[in-house]
Amino acid sequence: MSTAVSNPLALIAELTHRCPLHCVYCSNPIELQNHANELPTETWIRVFKEAAELGVMQADLTGGEPLARTDILDLVRTARTSGLYVNLITSGLPLDEARLAKLLDAGLDHLQLSFQGAREETANEISGTKAHAQKLRVLDWLKQVRVAVTLNFVIHRNNIDQIEQMLALAESSSATRVEFANVQYYGWAFANRERLLPTRAQLDRSVETLKSAQARLRGKIRIEYVVPDYYAKFPKPCMGGWGRKLMLITPTGEALPCHAAQIIPGFRFENVKENTLREIWETSPAFQKFRGEDWMQAPCKTCDRREQDFGGCRCQALLLAGDASATDPVCSLTPTRAKVDAIIAAVNNGAHVEQTLTTPDWLYRPNPT
Amino acid sequence: MPERALRLNGPSLEIVERCDGQRSVQQIITELQQIYSKAEPKKVETDILDYLARLNDQRAIDFA
Repeated sequence: MSTAVSNPLALIAELTHRCPLHCVYCSNPIELQNHANELPTETWIRVFKEAAELGVMQADLTGGEPLARTDILDLVRTARTSGLYVNLITSGLPLDEARLAKLLDAGLDHLQLSFQGAREETANEISGTKAHAQKLRVLDWLKQVRVAVTLNFVIHRNNIDQIEQMLALAESSSATRVEFANVQYYGWAFANRERLLPTRAQLDRSVETLKSAQARLRGKIRIEYVVPDYYAKFPKPCMGGWGRKLMLITPTGEALPCHAAQIIPGFRFENVKENTLREIWETSPAFQKFRGEDWMQAPCKTCDRREQDFGGCRCQALLLAGDASATDPVCSLTPTRAKVDAIIAAVNNGAHVEQTLTTPDWLYRPNPT
Repeated sequence: MPERALRLNGPSLEIVERCDGQRSVQQIITELQQIYSKAEPKKVETDILDYLARLNDQRAIDFA
């Protein structure tokens, strides 16, 4: 494998961990960062310029809730004038028609709106907030304006049977892309996993429904779905490989190869307050650590798939196998796959399936002060 | 497009550049047939229509 590193294509700008929602599947770390320590506007402006110089094509403005930042218009404007494709990933809660218009004037290219369910009771239960009605209002406003829209339905055991209703909602909107994104188990989702992982039967039904919807809606809406990788035979090529395609900046300025990387012990992640993006991308030992193949253990080291899936996810290897250098335990070629099989067996055979939403022991993601 | 990028060169770049909200599909075909004057005009037309259909499926473009 080549040792030269090509430039990142996307910058994930985690502007804040503040959020009006408390989703039980949130992928933010359990250690949320405080408002007081967030990067100032000038630093983000510098970061967007450096990203464009480095060859980044797209900026994902996310969080928490990016609209919690009072400087969001300046950030959108700078990202756009720096030459980046600007995507806002939002709950929709802090929006109104005027604010939406200002965001578009500032140069927003794309808006991704999250949905926690198709039915209000489910959605509000999962987000711990009465948020669903506002999201429907946002859909109406979006129909009156010109911006690319993706709807993101976060899928798990408690709403996977609502996919047909979700499709109906999507079709009545102006979205040209819809993601049915099964929860991935990091952060708060990992803590709530027993209540979130769908059964095999639920998953199979959902795939059938979505495959036929994809065909039916071709040319009108692009449907993308991600199944929980616990049910796959081989692991996902996480982030397109560690330090290969993208860079994430946390609210306090740490540069990470992915949103969960800080759970891996022994790393020092550089901060954009002290280093340029280029310095970090090209010389950071943390970014370099899992690039190439030298770090790989068996079976990855000699596996035919290693340039395809890069051994899967480092953070998941840590979470499930206790070792960030190990093969992602999702992989059927590694003995630690037995752990994943046990988790799946518990969901498919056990009492968890009979749980209803009326007796939840959810761990809700708080709003950091 | 969100989470995807198109690597454009040669003909694909020339086609996408012309998806400007002003030109009709027929105009794009005619222009490319002039540029690729050594190619079989029917093939140029079919290739362009196929490519535009693929871009539309990916929702990268819309036909007005």
